Parts: sequence; C-alpha cells; structure tokens
Amino acid sequence: MKISEGTSTLKKIDYSRYAPLIALIVLFVISSIASPYFLSTRNILNILRQVSYTGIIALGMTFVIITGGIDLSVGSMTAFVGGITILTLNSLGGGYLAVIVSIITALSIGTLAGCINGLLVAKGRIAPFIVTLATMSIYRSLALYISGAGEFRSQSKIYPKIGSSYFLGIPTPVWIFLVLTFVFHMLLNNTKYGRYTCAVGYNERVARYSAIKVDLIKFSTYALTGLTVGITAILLSSRLNSISSSNSGLNYELDAIAAVVIGGTSLSGGKGSIIGTFIGAFVLGIINNMLNMTGVSPYLQGTVKGLVILGAVLMQYNKNNQ
Amino acid sequence: MNDEILLRVVNLSKEFYGNRVLDSVNITLKKGEVFGIIGENGAGKSTFMKILSGIYSPSQGEIYLEEKKVEIKDPLTAKKLGITLIPQEFNLVETLTVFENIFLGDEISHKILLNKKEMKKRSKDILKSLNVELDIEQTVEKLSVAQKQMVEIAKAITHESKILIMDEPTTALTEVEIKTLFDLIKELKNKRISVFFISHKLKEVKEICDRVLILRDGKTVSICDVDDLSVQEMAKRMVGRELSQIYPNKEKTPQETILRIIDFNVSDMLKNITFNLKKGEILGFAGLVGAGRTELAETIIGIRKKSSGQMMLNGQYLDINSPLDAIKNKIAYLSEDRQGKGLILYFDIPKNITLASLDNYSNLFINKKKEKYKAQEYVEKFDIKTSRLETLLIYLSGGNQQKTYFSKMLDVKPQILILDEPTRGIDVNAKTQIYKIIRNLADNEISIILISSEMEEIIGMCDRVYVMREGEIMGELSEDQISEENIMYLASGLTRRETAYENK
Repeated sequence: MKISEGTSTLKKIDYSRYAPLIALIVLFVISSIASPYFLSTRNILNILRQVSYTGIIALGMTFVIITGGIDLSVGSMTAFVGGITILTLNSLGGGYLAVIVSIITALSIGTLAGCINGLLVAKGRIAPFIVTLATMSIYRSLALYISGAGEFRSQSKIYPKIGSSYFLGIPTPVWIFLVLTFVFHMLLNNTKYGRYTCAVGYNERVARYSAIKVDLIKFSTYALTGLTVGITAILLSSRLNSISSSNSGLNYELDAIAAVVIGGTSLSGGKGSIIGTFIGAFVLGIINNMLNMTGVSPYLQGTVKGLVILGAVLMQYNKNNQ
Repeated sequence: MNDEILLRVVNLSKEFYGNRVLDSVNITLKKGEVFGIIGENGAGKSTFMKILSGIYSPSQGEIYLEEKKVEIKDPLTAKKLGITLIPQEFNLVETLTVFENIFLGDEISHKILLNKKEMKKRSKDILKSLNVELDIEQTVEKLSVAQKQMVEIAKAITHESKILIMDEPTTALTEVEIKTLFDLIKELKNKRISVFFISHKLKEVKEICDRVLILRDGKTVSICDVDDLSVQEMAKRMVGRELSQIYPNKEKTPQETILRIIDFNVSDMLKNITFNLKKGEILGFAGLVGAGRTELAETIIGIRKKSSGQMMLNGQYLDINSPLDAIKNKIAYLSEDRQGKGLILYFDIPKNITLASLDNYSNLFINKKKEKYKAQEYVEKFDIKTSRLETLLIYLSGGNQQKTYFSKMLDVKPQILILDEPTRGIDVNAKTQIYKIIRNLADNEISIILISSEMEEIIGMCDRVYVMREGEIMGELSEDQISEENIMYLASGLTRRETAYENK
C-alpha cells in the first residue's frame, strides 16, 4: 500500500514479520497443555533432531526461493549422495581416514548435484520447477540403480558416531543445524552475496543494471542447497549407518519448502528470513510430534502438513494484497 | 462556454496516520473544462486524484456528481460513474496485444465468443482519431513508454468517461506527441468531457487548461483562470517563494576527449553511430521518442550486443559487455525506467543507494554503519524527503525515488554518467536541484551524456548536442546553434533547405 506521496512515510510495525514466532509460541502452549510429556527436555531434543535433517536443507532452500526459484530434487539427492557416501566409506575400509574422505565426498557430490540444477536454471534458462522435477527423478533412479533398489549399508564402527553423538547434552545434528542457521543468517543479512540474492529475487532486471552477476547468483543458490543436502546426507546416513535407496530423503523437499514458507519467505522471491526458516522447521516438527503423541493416524500427517503449507502461503498472499 | 457544473468537491480532506496530506479542498468542475492541478511533490495532487478515482476514501468532505452526492468506494465505482484515471505507471497487460488491452474488461462479444474483428476495427478508429500509428496486433511489451501511454489514453476514451484524470500525461512524450495530445484534449472539450490535468510543466498547464488549482502542503493556495496567471506567478505560488534561475551557468569549455564511440551498429536499431565526449562536458542527445537514444546508452553499457563498432576510453580501446564492465570502467547509466531498471522498490534507501557500489562497503560483511552514514549524506545533499532512512522506496514519491536513484549511480563514482530523462516526473524545485548537481559534476570533470525529450532541458543544460532520428545521428549542434528550431529540423528528418523551400 502506498501511504502517500512525499514526506509522510510513517513507521509501520510489521507484525507479519513475527507471525512465524507467534505461531511457534502458540503451538508450544497448546502442545504443553495437550501432553505433559511434550515439554520434557528429551522430547524437545528429539523434535529438534528430527527437524535438523530437513531443516539444514531448508536453509539452502531459503536462498533458492528468495531468487524466485525452487528445488524439488533435494530428497532424491539426499538418497543419492548418502548412497555414494556409504559406498566410498565401505570401499576405504571404514577407518578414520575413510570417514574423512567420505565426508568430503558427500559435500562435493552434493554441491556438484546442486551445480547441475543451477547450471540448467541459470544458463539453460529452464524453469526451476521443471529442472528440479527432472533431476528429482534422475537422482532417485540413480540411487536405486546403484544399490539394486536395496540398501546402502555401512560396515564402519566409527561413522555412526557422527549422527548419534551428543555434545554438551545436545545431539550433534542439532548443533550443526544451529550453527548453520547462524552462518546462513549472517550470509543472508550481512554479506554482499545475501544482498545480491534478494536483489535478484525482487527484480532481476534492476539487479543486472546494477552490475550484479545475476546468473552466477542464481546458479550458486542451487549449489549452496546441494551443499546442505550433502551435510544432511552425512548426518542421516551416519545416524542409521545405512541409506535406503527407495525411502531415504522421501518427501524431504516438501518439508524443506514448507519450513521456508512457514518461516515467511516469499514464494515470489526477494524477501526471506533464515531465522524464520529455522522456526518453520521447528513448527513442522512440533506438529508431527503432537500428531504422534495424540495418536493421529500417520497417514493423515501429510494432510496436516499440506494444510499448514496452504495456510502459510494464503497468509503471504493476503499480506501482499492488502 | 456553458457553465453547467459537472463535479463539486466540498471540504475534501485526507489524513494518513494523523498526517493531513489534503486539507479542505473545494472546487467545482464544469462540463468540458480542463482543470489543471499543480503543486510540488507531496503537495497532495496524487492524493486528490486517488480519492476521485476511488483508490483512497476521504477522511472528510463530500463529492457531488451532477449535483448528486456520490461515494466513490473503489476504482470500479469511479469507472461506473465515468471517472477514469490515466496513471503515470501504466495498467496494461504486457503480454496482450494493443487492441486486447484497449478493450480489456469491456470486450465486445458475439454471444460467448469474442468479436475480435469489431474490437480491432474500433481500436484502429480510436488510434487514428488520436493520430497515433500503432500496430494494434502487437503485444504491449514491445512498445515504448510513449506508445504504452497512448494505448492507456485510447483505453480510457473507449470507456466513454465524463471525467478524465491525467496524471503527468506529458512526461514521457516528445513535443510532437504533446501537441497531438493537446489537440485531442481540445477534441474532448468539444465533446463536453472534462479533464483534470495534473502536471509539473507549468507552460503546458498555461497552454491547455482553463482554470488551475494550486496546492501546497495539502492546502489550496489559489484557484483561478490560467489567463490571470503568468507561468512565473504559478511557480511562485506553488513553491511559496521566488524561483531563482532554473539552469545553472555554463562555466568552462571542455577540451580533452574522454570517450570515443566509433561506428556503432546494432541490428535494426542503431546505424553508424560515431561521436565523442569530452571531459567535463554535458553532451545532449535530443530526438523523438524511439529515435534510438536509450538503445545507444544501453549498448554503451553492454546491455545490448552491438553487431559492429568500437569504443575508446581515455585513448584506449576497450570492450564493454555488461553493466559490470561499464561500472568497473566508471561508466554509470541512469535509466529512464527507474522502477523497472533502476531501483528495488522493496529495498530501503541505503540498500538501494549502495546496490551498484557494494564493494566499497563490504569486506567479509557489509559495513551497515558506513552504508547508512553514506545514505544519510545523500539524503541531506539531495534533500530526499523521508522520515527515516529505512523507508522502502515504494513509499517515496517519484521525485524522491529519482533522487535516490541519482545517489545510487553517483555512488559508483563515475567518470562518465549517462542520464536518460533524469528529471521525468519531478517538480520544479527538485529539477532545479538536479540541474545544479549535474552542472556541478561537469565542473568537477565528470562527463555527462544527457538524453532528454524536454527541449528546454537540452537547451538550458548542454554544451553540445547530437540529434538522433531512427537510430542515426542526424547532426551535431554546439553553442548558439542549440535551438529548439534546429533540433526539431534534425529530429523530424527535415533538412533546413527543404523547410526553407516549403516556406516559400
């Protein structure tokens, strides 16, 4: 809404900025009333651990969505990268060196897979939805092919420690999620890269005229998401010490996109918040947790998730049309 | 003239968050009257017009149409009442064709199928009556700014409005097109259609309007016949003080060549463009809209690919393939399309100003303090009117947006600054400030290319002028050769001899 011409640009408090936080608080209150077990440290840590896998991916996804894009391939990519990681680990014997090499492999393959998405979007000028729909199919099918539609199982005794270890009483994946949230928050809000990403998302043409390398920015957001997939693939495969080619990472794209959208990042691009994404992931986790604890059929959980996404998008839509 | 009253506005006021932007305005509009509304940015012109067209509802006051009290709840009601706004930023669907846009929302149909034939025919007639040559089957996205405005006007006329509100209708038009528009307005008068004519260009108001309302800070300064007021007097009442000379004096004569453009060709757009720019010079590019001046500027900064041609900067050949190359070589371009190519409307002032020069504010992280400090400097220097630095650009008026855009391009510290219609839609006061800034830059050895369709601006500001027509440079004028007459001869494609012959 345009306030008026000239001087009267009064300060407006942007309540919508705090909507995700308010939703989180409301959920917390409701959940703690509904179940006394909810507020136990163990349960909260459990929720955080569960959301950390898709939450980490959602951090990268936030950047993609800010440029006006989307990445549907992250779930398949998780299975593919996780599979390759375990193959690498096994072929090197599963010792410390093997673990280090596998981690590097996971991060590289993840980034590379993201780069392929980015290249097709930025240079191939194909719509992100189509590109990542195609690669979603490709990465999953490659994982299935390599494993013969079975499981990648690790023989390493050290590797599982990454995913199941604790530091100061908090699971390692949760630590990594928290640290990455901080790093990505700084990246988005305090660096040239973050500023340029928003500019590209708001108005690509203005960005180009402002001497910003639009293609490079778009490309890099997919690469960045690939990197986050690599990290998640390590955490997930080490937690289970295996990767299922058919089930691992299934619907991760849905959870990651949902977290981003619930967090207030605009699907039309330009504006986004990493803290919002963190809260969005947490909100999703609590909803799942509550559905489990109150005995709602697991088959209905997808319905609830879908409704929450629709609700969040509707709120964005209404805000834009005020 | 018949004195029948069409519209009466009584005590109209509008407040935003306790800020009174329009204060007890009373006017009567007669049938077939052209009523000018003038005032500086922020004087309340836009607010007044938005109330009449149903975008805002008034805080106080009544509106009577043909002596019946009306409530203009929304733009649709306004349209039904016969009040049509022709906005500054167009409301066209870019992917539809010209005739589809003209009839958008009012399609003629044969039962359930659209009657395209009839719509095409009527569109052609309307455009013909406007003296506009346009392919009605072309999509709007391919049109120039001036052509889009023509479509917008044609669309309004199709709706058979009683009152047309024209918001700065001439800013994007050339002299010839303005004349066409004025002929058209006179035609509307004959049909007893009334027009609100909102403009910064006082000369035009004087020429076309019957009466004028002068606003300052939301209040009525005066309402009177334009015949009773000189342009100087109008400006004085608008600003509330005497205007000093608008165009600053030229001081020195530039000598040294900084930029040489050699035989630029861009397929279908530019033909054999060769010119040079001197250090500290203000070099004008005059011509009609569509003469290829914007295309030339965009080729220089590497947005458009040239099919042949070379470029020399400070005596050395160089290649510029993107705006990034241009800015690295300290060549900055201020586009005519500030919302489409210049500013991120949802960024605040500092973020916009530093977008093209962010390297200077950032190592690993952006130094936001430095950024804000610099933005504050520009806000003060250019008198950008805002209550806070964090105001998003979308909430600023056109003039203040333009000054922010100016700050952004100056912040890359250019040695060459290409200005494309830099004062479009800006009030007299801001214009004077911008002219001073431009002259000041030139005095400090920055070379300026000034593309303008405003004849006065070219004549008042430039040391030297090239006139373009249909992608070619038609001639070069300097010193006292720079006159309205000479520019028009070259721009319209007549040579002096031909005209002399015609005059015999």
